[in-house]
Amino acid sequence: MSIEIRHDLCTACGRCSLICPGSLIKFKEKKAVIPHPERCWGCASCIKECPSEAIALFLGRDIGGLGGRMTVRREGSLLHWTVTMPDSSSQTVTINSRDANKY
Amino acid sequence: MYIDTDFLIIGGGTAGCWAALNFRKYSDARVLIAEKADIKRSGCLAAGVNALNAYIAPGKKPQDYVDYARADAEGIARGDLLLTMAEGLNRAAGKLEELGLTILKDEHGQYVTRGWRNVKINGENIKPILAKAVLARKNITVLNRVNVFEYIVKDNRILGAYAIAVDEPVMYVISAKAVLCATGGASGLYKPNHPGFSRHKLWYPPFNTGAGYAMGIRARAEMTTLEMRFIALRCKDTIAPTGTLAQGVGAKQINSAGEVYEDKYGITTSQRLHGTVMENLSGRGPCYLKTKGITKEQEMDLVKAYLNMAPSQSLRWLESGQLPSVKNVEIEGTEPYITGGHAAAGYWVDTNRKTTVRGLFAAGDVAGGCPQKYVTGALAEGEIAARAAAKYMGEKTPQLNTNEAEAVKQFLEGSGGVNVSFTVDDLEEEMQAVMDKYAGGIGTSYRFSEASLKIADEKIQELEKQSNLISATDMQELVYLLELKERLTLCRSLIVHLSVGKETEYYINSRLENGRISVILRPLVREGEVYEH
Ligand SMILES: Cc1cc2nc3c(=O)[nH]c(=O)nc-3n(C[C@H](O)[C@H](O)[C@H](O)COP(=O)(O)OP(=O)(O)OC[C@H]3O[C@@H](n4cnc5c(N)ncnc54)[C@H](O)[C@@H]3O)c2cc1C
Ligand code: SF4
Ligand code: SF4
Repeated sequence: MSIEIRHDLCTACGRCSLICPGSLIKFKEKKAVIPHPERCWGCASCIKECPSEAIALFLGRDIGGLGGRMTVRREGSLLHWTVTMPDSSSQTVTINSRDANKY
Repeated sequence: MYIDTDFLIIGGGTAGCWAALNFRKYSDARVLIAEKADIKRSGCLAAGVNALNAYIAPGKKPQDYVDYARADAEGIARGDLLLTMAEGLNRAAGKLEELGLTILKDEHGQYVTRGWRNVKINGENIKPILAKAVLARKNITVLNRVNVFEYIVKDNRILGAYAIAVDEPVMYVISAKAVLCATGGASGLYKPNHPGFSRHKLWYPPFNTGAGYAMGIRARAEMTTLEMRFIALRCKDTIAPTGTLAQGVGAKQINSAGEVYEDKYGITTSQRLHGTVMENLSGRGPCYLKTKGITKEQEMDLVKAYLNMAPSQSLRWLESGQLPSVKNVEIEGTEPYITGGHAAAGYWVDTNRKTTVRGLFAAGDVAGGCPQKYVTGALAEGEIAARAAAKYMGEKTPQLNTNEAEAVKQFLEGSGGVNVSFTVDDLEEEMQAVMDKYAGGIGTSYRFSEASLKIADEKIQELEKQSNLISATDMQELVYLLELKERLTLCRSLIVHLSVGKETEYYINSRLENGRISVILRPLVREGEVYEH
C-alpha cells in the first residue's frame, strides 16, 4: 500500500507534506516526493488534500495489487473517487459527505 | 527552545483535541497541544471512521454499557472508569454533530442506531472537523510536527516534557503545570501480516508508536493490563474492518468448505477471532465473510462506506472487479496491538484520569482499565481529564532545571556515535520477529509459553543495548530511532505482563523499580467507587 506522486501535475503547494500523519512526504527539487513509500499507511489523507490530483493510492503487489491507481477530487461536499487501471479504463464513485454510511 | 505553558497536551488526536476544547470551560489558563503530525489528519481518525461505536441508545443506560464492556473483558475492567466514560458518550456524540459531523437520523430526528451501542455517521471528515474547532479557539496553541519523547519529572511530579521538531534540528523544553498524555496506543511491536513493501498496511496507525506508554514506563508511572492485547479480525491484505460486513449486511463467517463457523465459537469480538484461528489450525481455512448474494445496492453502499474509512478495501474491490456480491471477503487476524481503547492496556489512572505521577493525566487509547472507548469514549475521557487538570492548576510547580535539558540535548546529539553496520529498520524488523516468534504473534497463532517469553525478554534487552549504538543522520532518522526505543521499552513491560498469566480477581499492574519491571496486583474496582491513588 502506498502512493505515487505525478510530478507533471504537482504544483509544489506543500499541502500533502503537512497533512501526512506519518510526515512521509518531503520535497526534492521543488516537487513532492515520498522517500520511503513502504512506510505509507494508505490513509488517503494526502490524496484528499492535493488540489491538483497529483497523488494516487495503489495496492502493493505483496497484497495483491493489480496496478489500479486511486485519486480523488473534491467539489464542495462531494468527493469523486476514481480508480484508473493500467489500460486507462476507469470508474468513479461519488460520495456526499452529508450522507451518512448505510452500514 | 524553551516554551512555557500551563496545560500541555501531548498528542493532538481524538482525546487530546477534545481535552483542549473542554479545558476552556473550566479554566482560562494557557493550553498547548504538541502533535507529531498535523492535527488536521493525525492518529486513528486520519482515514476516517465508520461509525460511533460507543453510544447508548434510548431505553439503555450507562450501566448497561459498563456491564457489556466488563463482560467482554472477562471482568478485567474498572467499573468506575467505565461508568464515568459511559455517562459522557452521548454528550460527546451530540457535540460532534454540532461541530459538523453527519449523523444518520430517522424521520423523528432521532439517531439511527446499529444495535444499541452504535450510531451511523459519515466519518470521513471527523478529524478535520475536530481540528477546525480547536484552531478556532484563541487560547489554544498548536505545535504541529513536534515529537515528544521524554517527560520532565522531579520527585514524582511532572514539570513538562522534551520534544524535537520533525523537520529541523530544534529541541523543545516545554514546562507546564499539568500534562495530559494522549498519544494513542501502540502498533508495530509485532511482525505484521505483510512484512514486505506493505509492512505499514496495519489496522492501527503505524505512527502511533507507543511514545506515551514508554515515557510513562520510564518515568515510573504505574501501568495496567498490558497483557490484554488487541488482535483484530480484518479483511485479508487491506486490513480493513470487518464489522461493517458482519453487522452491516449480516455476512456470516464461513470456512473454506462454506460452513458457517461463527455459531460454534460465538460472536463476541474475541470469539470471532478465536474461531477463525481455530478453523485455520484445523485445516479448514481460509475463512471468509459470506457476502456473495448481497444486492447491487448493498454492494455500492459498502464500497462507499469503505471509502469513508478504509479506502484500500474499495480500491481492492474496484480494481479487481470482484465485488462483494460475487466474491466472499477473505478474513485474517492481525498482529497484536496495545491499546486501551479497544482493550484495557495503559496508564493506571484514578477516577479522574490522573496517573500515578503527580500532575500527569491520561486519556484515550493510552489510558488503561477502560476498554471499548472508541471515538466517543476517548472524547469523554478527554473531557474528564481536562476538568481534573483545570482543578489541579492551582498547585505551585517547582522551577525547571536547565542543566538537565542541556544533558538531554547532548544525549540526542551524541546518540550512538559509534559506526555500526545495522540500521533502525534492521533492529525494528528483528524486534518484530522476536515478538512474533516468542511473545505470541501471528506466526504462533498468538501462543506463547513461559520459556518462550524468557527468550523474548533476553532478546529484547539485547536489542535495547544495540539501539543505543545507532546514530541518526537527520531529524527524521532521529524520530525513527526514538520510536524504536519506545517500542522496545513497551515490549519489555508487555512481556512481563504476559508472563504473569491470567488473573480474574486482580488487575495486573507494573512499574519500573531499580531498572526492573515489578508487578503489582490490584483488587478490582467497581462502579460507584471513587478510586484515588
Ligand atoms: C483504523 C481505525 C478505525 C477505527 N474506527 C472506529 C470507528 O469506526 N468507530 C469508533 O468509534 N472508533 C473507531 N476506532 C477507534 C478510535 O478511533 C480510537 O479509539 C480513538 O480515536 C483513539 O483516540 P486517541 O486520542 O487515544 O488516539 P489518536 O486519535 O490516535 O491520537 C493520538 C495522537 O497522538 C499523536 N502522537 C503520538 N505520539 C506522539 C508523540 N510522541 N509526540 C506528539 N504526538 C504524538 C498522534 O499523531 C495522534 O495525533 C478506530 C481506530 C482505528 C485505528
Ligand atoms: S496515504 Fe496517508 S500515510 Fe500514505 S503518504 Fe498519504 S497521507 Fe501519508
Ligand atoms: S498537495 Fe499535490 S500539488 Fe501540492 S505539493 Fe503535494 S502533490 Fe504537489
